[in-house]
Amino acid sequence: MDVRLSVIEKRFAQIKKVIAVGGGKGGVGKSMISVGLSLVLSKQKYKVGLFDLDFCGPSAHVILGVSNKLYPKEDRGIIPPSKEGIKFMSITYYSRKHPLPLREIDMSSAFIELLAITRWGRLDFLVIDMPPGTKDVILDTIRFIKDVHFLIVTVSSLVALETVKRTVRLLSELKVPVMGIIENMGEKGIFCSREYINKFNYPFLGVIKFDKYLEQAVGDIDKFMETSFIQDLKTIVESNKMFRLR
Amino acid sequence: MHEWALAESVVLTVLKAAEKEKLIKLTRIKIKVGFLQQIEKDIFLYALKDNFVIKNPSLGKVDIEIEEEPAEFECRVCGERWHFSESKNRLKEDNIEAIHFIPEMAHIYVRCPYCSSPDFEIIKGRGVSIDYIEGE
Repeated sequence: MDVRLSVIEKRFAQIKKVIAVGGGKGGVGKSMISVGLSLVLSKQKYKVGLFDLDFCGPSAHVILGVSNKLYPKEDRGIIPPSKEGIKFMSITYYSRKHPLPLREIDMSSAFIELLAITRWGRLDFLVIDMPPGTKDVILDTIRFIKDVHFLIVTVSSLVALETVKRTVRLLSELKVPVMGIIENMGEKGIFCSREYINKFNYPFLGVIKFDKYLEQAVGDIDKFMETSFIQDLKTIVESNKMFRLR
Repeated sequence: MHEWALAESVVLTVLKAAEKEKLIKLTRIKIKVGFLQQIEKDIFLYALKDNFVIKNPSLGKVDIEIEEEPAEFECRVCGERWHFSESKNRLKEDNIEAIHFIPEMAHIYVRCPYCSSPDFEIIKGRGVSIDYIEGE
């Protein structure tokens, strides 16, 4: 028997809401939105944790500007260190800059290990930056994290929306709550996903416009918070009560 | 310590199993600890006893046996089999620490001694498991 499974529920017992930022397709901005959402919620005085689950392409640490010196503390498990007031957990503390050649079964095991040993403590929100696809880690997230809510990110492309459609269909079948869908990198005058998304029967939460200056703000939180990307995300967060706990 | 988190998960698993089997008193448990995870046996044993006592003082008397299981790998490319102990002396301290926390990190730092592939299977000795529980 896998002893690690017994303790996972306890590790999440003091977390009020878990938001998994997914969408199926790679490159749509899940990590940007995960980090941005964590920062916006943290600025609203919520206690926030951020968990980068993209083991093969972790990038939340780059956006947050996490230095090599940041490392989890050991205390009856591991305590994620804080960055910008956010408790941040990532496999990069252990894999550093190396590629991680893991098969699905190993990835699943590493994920279970992190779930079992990470002590998040009391949090209002835990934001999870999900990997692309509907692989084991997605299924494990649904299996092991009770009451996880999915926030779906897409871009205005039929190619991405085709994957979104499959992802939400799977989540619907598994009875996993979907908070809604955000269109990222939106541009005026091109195909808008709103009408397409409305067919899915999930709320369309809004559009984050393409921000050509966003790249220059990666790793610099002061600059990042000044971007139109964050302003658009903040509007979405403030106008949807599902991002409120009080 | 990381050993405490693992001990906590063992104790919760044992208690669940005992409840399922309707065991009122636990007398003996045997735990297998994979060599790959490099667990400090004394700390782990202390943490196990402490966790049992927290749940129920009478459980502090359970006889706990810990068996260390050698970690063995099999290369998916060439089929070579080898033990982690053969690779360990080539690893740096922080590599071993990463494997201690997440054994799958072995795929970053360990290579097949025959073909150098990182694509191998951990066939045994990965982590902690319960071999048996005795009680009445």
